[in-house]
Formats: sequence, C-alpha cells, structure tokens
Amino acid sequence: MAKPKVAFYWCASCGGCEEAVVDLNEAILGVVEAVDIALWPVALDFKKKHVESWEPGEVAVVFINGAVRTSEQEEWVKLLREKCPVVIAFGSCAHLGGIPGLSNSTTREESFKRKYFDSPSVDNAERVLPQRKTRVNGYELELPEFSATVRKLDDVIEVDYYLPGCPPVPKLIVEAVTAILEGKLPAKGAVLAPEKCLCDECPRKESKPEKVTIERFRRVATEKPDPEKCFLVEGFVCLGPATRSGCGELCIRGNMPCRGCFGPTAETRDQGAKFLSAVGSLLAADQEEKCAELAATLADPLGTFYRFSLPSSILKQRLS
Amino acid sequence: MTEQNFEPVIVGFLCQWCSYTGADLAGTSRLEYPPTLRTVRVMCSGRVDPTFVVTALADGADGVLIAGCHPGDCHYSEGNYRAMRRYPLLMKLLDQFGIEKERVRLEWISASEGDKFARVVREMTEQLKALGPLNWQKRSAALSGAA
Repeated sequence: MAKPKVAFYWCASCGGCEEAVVDLNEAILGVVEAVDIALWPVALDFKKKHVESWEPGEVAVVFINGAVRTSEQEEWVKLLREKCPVVIAFGSCAHLGGIPGLSNSTTREESFKRKYFDSPSVDNAERVLPQRKTRVNGYELELPEFSATVRKLDDVIEVDYYLPGCPPVPKLIVEAVTAILEGKLPAKGAVLAPEKCLCDECPRKESKPEKVTIERFRRVATEKPDPEKCFLVEGFVCLGPATRSGCGELCIRGNMPCRGCFGPTAETRDQGAKFLSAVGSLLAADQEEKCAELAATLADPLGTFYRFSLPSSILKQRLS
Repeated sequence: MTEQNFEPVIVGFLCQWCSYTGADLAGTSRLEYPPTLRTVRVMCSGRVDPTFVVTALADGADGVLIAGCHPGDCHYSEGNYRAMRRYPLLMKLLDQFGIEKERVRLEWISASEGDKFARVVREMTEQLKALGPLNWQKRSAALSGAA
C-alpha cells in the first residue's frame, strides 16, 4: 500500500514551527517511514503548479503554520483547503493569530512607517515603501497585497484541528501524527492538547498560597523571579490561569512566567479578558485611587494579556 | 438612524442587592431617565467578567455600565472590590483597543439611591450621544475585509 501523503505550509510566521518538526529528532524517522512529504517549502522545492495538479484527497493532511496577512497566503491556504481532506492549524499563529497578530494593536500604515522609516536599523532616505506593482528594467513586478489586519487561519478557511503552541511541542506533534495514522482523531474542531489549565499542571503549584495578592506588577526584563515561588505572588504576570496546559511547562521550568502561547481552554472565549478577570481581582488594593496606581504599573495590558491571541479575541483589533 | 437622532444602547450590569434595587426605586419614584439602558441583573458586580464587557461592546452596545454596592456594603463582603480592582486595568486595555473611556463606567449605587441611578443613566446617555455610535462589528468587518 502506498504511504499516505502529508504537506506542510507556512504563512505569517517566524520559522519556529518548522524547527519544531525538526525537533522531533529520531521520532521524525518514524514519521518519514510512515508518510510521504508532498510539500514542505522550508526544506524541499515545490511550486504552486505541483499543488494545483494534486487530485483532491491525494494528500491526506496539511499542517499550516502562521497567521494570514497577505493575499498570497490567502490564495495558498484556500488552494490547500481545496485539495486536502484534513487541515491542521499548526502553532499559535495559525491557531490564534500569534505574535504577528499583535500588529492588530496598530494600523497597517503605522506598521509600515515603523518597519520602513523609523526603525533604528533602517536606512531608507528615499522613503521607499513596498508597492503592489513596480517596473524594473521594463518588467512589471508584483507583490502580494498586505491586508489591513492579521487573521488567524480559521478566519480564512475551515480548519479541522488545532495544534497549539509557540511552537507546538514534540510530544503533541507525535501524538497528533499517530492519531492521524491510526484514524483515531477526536471530533472535528478539537484542539489537540489537554483541556486542563496550566496552573493545574504547574510544578510550582504547591508554593501558591490560599490567597494570592499582587502588591505591584514586576517585569522579568528588570527583576529576577524566585526560582520556586508562584510568579503571580511575586507580581510577575504569568498567564497560567488563562492558558491551556500540555506544553510540559517549559517556560516555568526555565524560570520564565507563562506567556499564554497555548491559548485558552475550550471553556474560555477570550483569553485576555479572562486573564484580566483573574489577575485584576488579585490586586492588593481596597481604594479606587490605589487600584488605579497599581494598574498603572503594568505597562501594556493588551500586549501582555493577548500576546498570542489578539486576532482571536472578541474585539480582534484596535479601531481608531 | 441618522447621527442627529442617535439613541445610544447601554448595557447595564446591575448587582441585584443594591443597584438593581436602586433602579427599581428610580422606577417606583417615577424618576425620569432615558430609555437607553438594557439591564442585565447579576448577583454581584464581582461577577462581571471583563469578557461580558468586551462582548457587549463587540455585539452592538455603545456603552457599558457596571453598578454595584458601595465599597464595604457588598452582600458577599468583597465582590465589589473585585470589580473595583479590575476596572482600571480594563479601562487601560480598552484604551489600547481605541475605545473611549466614557463608554465604560463603574458606579456604586445603593438600594436607596434611585436618584443617583437616574442621574448616572442620564449623564452617560448624554456623553455617548456626544461620542456617537461605537459600531464595533461593522467597523471591524470593514477593516478586516479591506484589502
């Protein structure tokens, strides 16, 4: 029997999800043994025409990482959706919008201005911006459209399953691939990770007092967290209470608070608002002025609470 | 609806022990206030998850009023302190989303303060009329659909 074919594709992402596949180490040999890779732009050369020539269903599964920002990405994911019976959103960006989704806290114009004019490493005296069409040596060159907002994958195409994480951890990838090969996938739309929240699995759970209070917000950039205490008790924003478990608590074990890349559990609609609900009520203040003072010590609630999930939040983006 | 005769929609989360009873008092006292408030009775202002507020704003409200017992008077002893602590963080977050501060208001209204309840709704309605409609869903869709 011919091996089943799988595909990998990337959109607005950093390449870390590709690394995650390589991070499978020896386990990848088992995967390669069991399947044929029909498309993987980071490692193998394929063109769009090859994908267009696939019979529908010929490639069983596609893993798509990255958020959708350009018209080219939109075209590709729509094509892959047409060809593949199972589409898996791979990693935080495809799942929730991810880090690229943070640019929904500003406008496309502001993003371009920062990137092409104001960034300290940019030398652009002629103030050139990317254009849809440019003439060079008599040829007309085209760039994809850069959309006004970042969208997560299921805002553009139907998604069958989600593998969360920045990037997804090897254990969950292997479990997902095994489930696919054995035909033991859960109900469509599932996130292929546990339904418990991270605090339930936290190695520092025992250090958490009955009543947690936050005296002031602190930042890991300027202060070092205690290697054993609950981060929240010390005032370091840790998104554990509003984040799904399954990551192996890698950040916590590295003495870094959770940043929320696995997104919320199925019971939570909006990760940032839910985290605000939890952490806001822990502030050590009983007067309105004091509450305001404490809130002022947190520089960027939007970027902190929605670090990976802005495009999947209820409000989705800044409007001004 | 034209901008001139715009009637704002305010979603009001009123705690049942104080502010909802205060709203009742405003009614039985025949105090006049604009019909802009859509009341949701909650057990406590501490039950008002910020998710409720962003959902209301995203789904068509022009403003949100959270009203609870005065500090020290909470039926559950400290639920309203939770509302108090969350509020400034929520306001900071909403500001980052581009939502004006007049659109979300936290007030302490006791069961005997029917007049305060009516005044708050009147004031908020005037402020929202001056700001104009929020129209989040439509504006949001227009932006994400924009090439």
